[in-house]
Amino acid sequence: MTDRKIRVLIAKPGLDGHDRGAKVVARALRDAGMEVIYTGLRQTPEMIAEAALQEDVDCIGLSILSGAHMALVPRILEVLEEYEMTGIPVVLGGIIPDEDVAALKELGVTEVFGPGAITVDIVQVIQKAVAARE
Amino acid sequence: MTLVKELLSGSKRALARVISQVENDAPAAHEALAALFPHTGHAHLVGVTGAPGTGKSTLVNCLTMAFRERGDSVGIVAIDPTSPYSGGAILGDRIRMRDLSGDSGVFIRSMASRGSLGGIARKTADVVKVMDAAGFDIVVIETVGAGQSEIEIARLAQTVLVVEAPGLGDDIQAFKAGILEIADILVVNKADDPRAGNTERALKGMLELADGRHVEQMIWHHGMLIAAAMPAGSSTDESWQVPIHLTNAISGDGVTALVNEIYNHRAYLNESGELSRRTYARVAAELDLQLREHLMRRLLKGVDIERLQSLIVEVASRRTAPHQAVETLLDHCE
Ligand SMILES: Nc1nc2c(ncn2[C@@H]2O[C@H](COP(=O)(O)OP(=O)(O)O)[C@@H](O)[C@H]2O)c(=O)[nH]1
Ligand SMILES: [Mg+2]
Repeated sequence: MTDRKIRVLIAKPGLDGHDRGAKVVARALRDAGMEVIYTGLRQTPEMIAEAALQEDVDCIGLSILSGAHMALVPRILEVLEEYEMTGIPVVLGGIIPDEDVAALKELGVTEVFGPGAITVDIVQVIQKAVAARE
Repeated sequence: MTLVKELLSGSKRALARVISQVENDAPAAHEALAALFPHTGHAHLVGVTGAPGTGKSTLVNCLTMAFRERGDSVGIVAIDPTSPYSGGAILGDRIRMRDLSGDSGVFIRSMASRGSLGGIARKTADVVKVMDAAGFDIVVIETVGAGQSEIEIARLAQTVLVVEAPGLGDDIQAFKAGILEIADILVVNKADDPRAGNTERALKGMLELADGRHVEQMIWHHGMLIAAAMPAGSSTDESWQVPIHLTNAISGDGVTALVNEIYNHRAYLNESGELSRRTYARVAAELDLQLREHLMRRLLKGVDIERLQSLIVEVASRRTAPHQAVETLLDHCE
């Protein structure tokens, strides 16, 4: 009888004012049957963690185009830990150099998607990561 | 049960988790709701309804800041529609509620309407109960102004705000039937728009034509399974004159007066006895709906599926009429 839906928070941390990519991903996830909590531009790490906690999401998707990912992501993971949200899958989209991808995964990011990523892959990665936690 | 205990001792994480259990109809949800029920009844429930784009989320942001200034904590349930094609949803109300982040006296939860046709999710009433039990002084419910949501929000909330805005199509057309019956307070948002005065005048004209309000009768639905008596003293709710408030949810103009009005309405409900009449009607309707659901589930278990399948073939090939098929099924029910 359970009516379970995957809930995903899509957030744009940092100062870049571009959310077209984030919106495309949000729509793709919706079309895959997920419930997407869309929070808009310029989210602080605290806002992201607070929203993830209140919305009890299964996964967090971050879109960072500013190049500040190496500063933002570790901070966000730190705040998530403070909010007792450790272990929640975090996926990242943006233009991220290979060496940073390795470092981010080392920190606990589930997957990193570049500008050429297809949404089907994003959907699959999220579905797998959420299933693995249950 | 520890999750419920944690919730009652103030854990936001536990609150979020219990809401998910309720939303998903998880096995633990019934137990949690039963344990929480004695803790409900403190919160004042404020419904905010109106067509998409009228500025409800932006207004909820302002209202909540004003409630916080008075020292009241606020839980918010914001509902957006589920896509009928995929079953997924994009829930975007938080975008307009940025000012509330970082305030531990505010808790925002977005909900998709999921299976329900109206602007309210089937589980909204239970989610609101969970927030109430968590101790919030005010719970605000933002609905999608569509379908059956008018009656549903009247059933759920104690003070209903119906939000209109100028420039969303033909003014009179926009005020769907039923809206005046459920509005405790009418809001014309986007008062910065020069056409706001026209919207206000149109609403005033409609209020003059309306023949009193019958909120309990709206809550109390016709065709209840078991005929219970309407609460004594129930009558047309004439002593509350529905006010119209103009607001600008971006600048905050008019919001203080609106918040004062919400507190006035709460006081009116308490003093006039209207609150207990509405509560009675609400509980009756809720029990009726739950009874219906359970009876239906129990009865459906007795339906012979194989027989149903062969009857579908018979009806599809026009050998049996639909009502005959149903009678055959009923005859063979356990
Ligand atoms: N000019 C003006 N725009 C407003 C006002 N309130 C909300 N808006 C804008 O109206 C749009 C819809 O607002 P939103 O709160 O999302 O509406 P909802 O769909 O009813 O929740 C947004 O672009 C808001 O910025 C207002 O008082 N004046
Ligand atoms: Mg909204």
